[in-house]
Amino acid sequence: MICEPVIETFGLSKSYGGFEAAKDLTFQVLGPRITGFLGRNGAGKSSTIKMLLGMIRPTSGTATVLGHRIDDAKQSLEIRRKVAYVGEDKGLYAYMTVEQLIWFTRSFYPDWRPEIEKRLLEEYQLPPRRKVKALSKGMRTKLALLLALSRRPALMILDEPTEGLDPVSIEDLLRTITSITADGTSVFFSSHQLNEVERIADAVLMIDRGKLVLNFAMDELRENYRRVTVGFDRSAPSIDLHLPGIERVRSDGRQLSVLASRNSDAIVEWARRCSATSIDTQPVSLREIFLDTVQMGPEATSSR
Amino acid sequence: MLFKLNPSAGQPLYLQVMQQVRYAIETGVLQDGDLMPGIRTLAEELVVSHNTIAKAYTELQHEGWLELRQGLGAFICTRQLTNKPERVRVAQKRAREFVALLRADGFSNDEIQRFLEAEILFPTEAVRK
Repeated sequence: MICEPVIETFGLSKSYGGFEAAKDLTFQVLGPRITGFLGRNGAGKSSTIKMLLGMIRPTSGTATVLGHRIDDAKQSLEIRRKVAYVGEDKGLYAYMTVEQLIWFTRSFYPDWRPEIEKRLLEEYQLPPRRKVKALSKGMRTKLALLLALSRRPALMILDEPTEGLDPVSIEDLLRTITSITADGTSVFFSSHQLNEVERIADAVLMIDRGKLVLNFAMDELRENYRRVTVGFDRSAPSIDLHLPGIERVRSDGRQLSVLASRNSDAIVEWARRCSATSIDTQPVSLREIFLDTVQMGPEATSSR
Repeated sequence: MLFKLNPSAGQPLYLQVMQQVRYAIETGVLQDGDLMPGIRTLAEELVVSHNTIAKAYTELQHEGWLELRQGLGAFICTRQLTNKPERVRVAQKRAREFVALLRADGFSNDEIQRFLEAEILFPTEAVRK
């Protein structure tokens, strides 16, 4: 698989008055892959996405999407032509019927694919003559996806696509996302559903309070991240925090819990040299990483 | 064939797919010439990234378990399999005896499973004074 950056940011920042929504974000998103974009509410996910799409201007820094600069008017237009975006509110005209809206949207895109439109209309079982305002939330999401995918975009950006959907609709949506990449389209989606992200994502980008905190491939997480829990029959010795791969250490009397992003063997080795009485190594789920990485709330800022 | 993937296991999903295919071949569930589902179909069925299945298939092809025929699909290839089913039967018998031994020592199924998993995933780390 040849991976090329579809999104690249360089010190991207956005502040609203005194509030910094995005702080000095520098990262790469590779394609054609599925990348999950994680962070708590208000962490800066939507602001970042809006900057990439040219909907708001960065305060400083810049970015490229599919090789086009976001701060150049002409190139930004090109970005919007090649990127499909499905946002939280879906932005559909409520008073139109499904077929009117499809017809209306189609007129804006010269490379519209009628065969994809037809296939998805059937697959999603959307009622062509029903008004958009009378559609369920799940159907509205499917309609937004149909409009986005019929353009055969190079990159699809979704902002919390599964929000408010029932389990069956979520499964349908995830299935659609996995099939998008089969056609060479890259997917960048924000979500709070960590088990969904864990299943379908090839890579994960995590931000917290406007800052980038993690950017890794899911295979890397599965292969290298480990939680090593070490027990002693006396109070636990302090671990050399400079051992490579140590992300977080918690200690509780005679026990130590170490989160390692790699190199867990060295930690086990260390524990053995300190004659630990029990050593247990477990793989780490995305949920654990998330909870361990993002700060728990304003009152807990000093706990790290 | 039926797959069961565990996204939170400490093992990449493409490796899980590969392992399950190899196991199915060893146990005769998949046989020479069987047609595997297309990459896209399987990715959608398991609801995992297309890249996961593509990687698993490519690796299985490198290992010689899968033959990709242009336009026709992916076929199981068991030429390198010699006498495996018999070996598998012997191994299964050994495993059965070993588990029976631990049960006789009073360990529960859960405990035995954890011992084995720990031993397989992290072979050097089960120390206890």
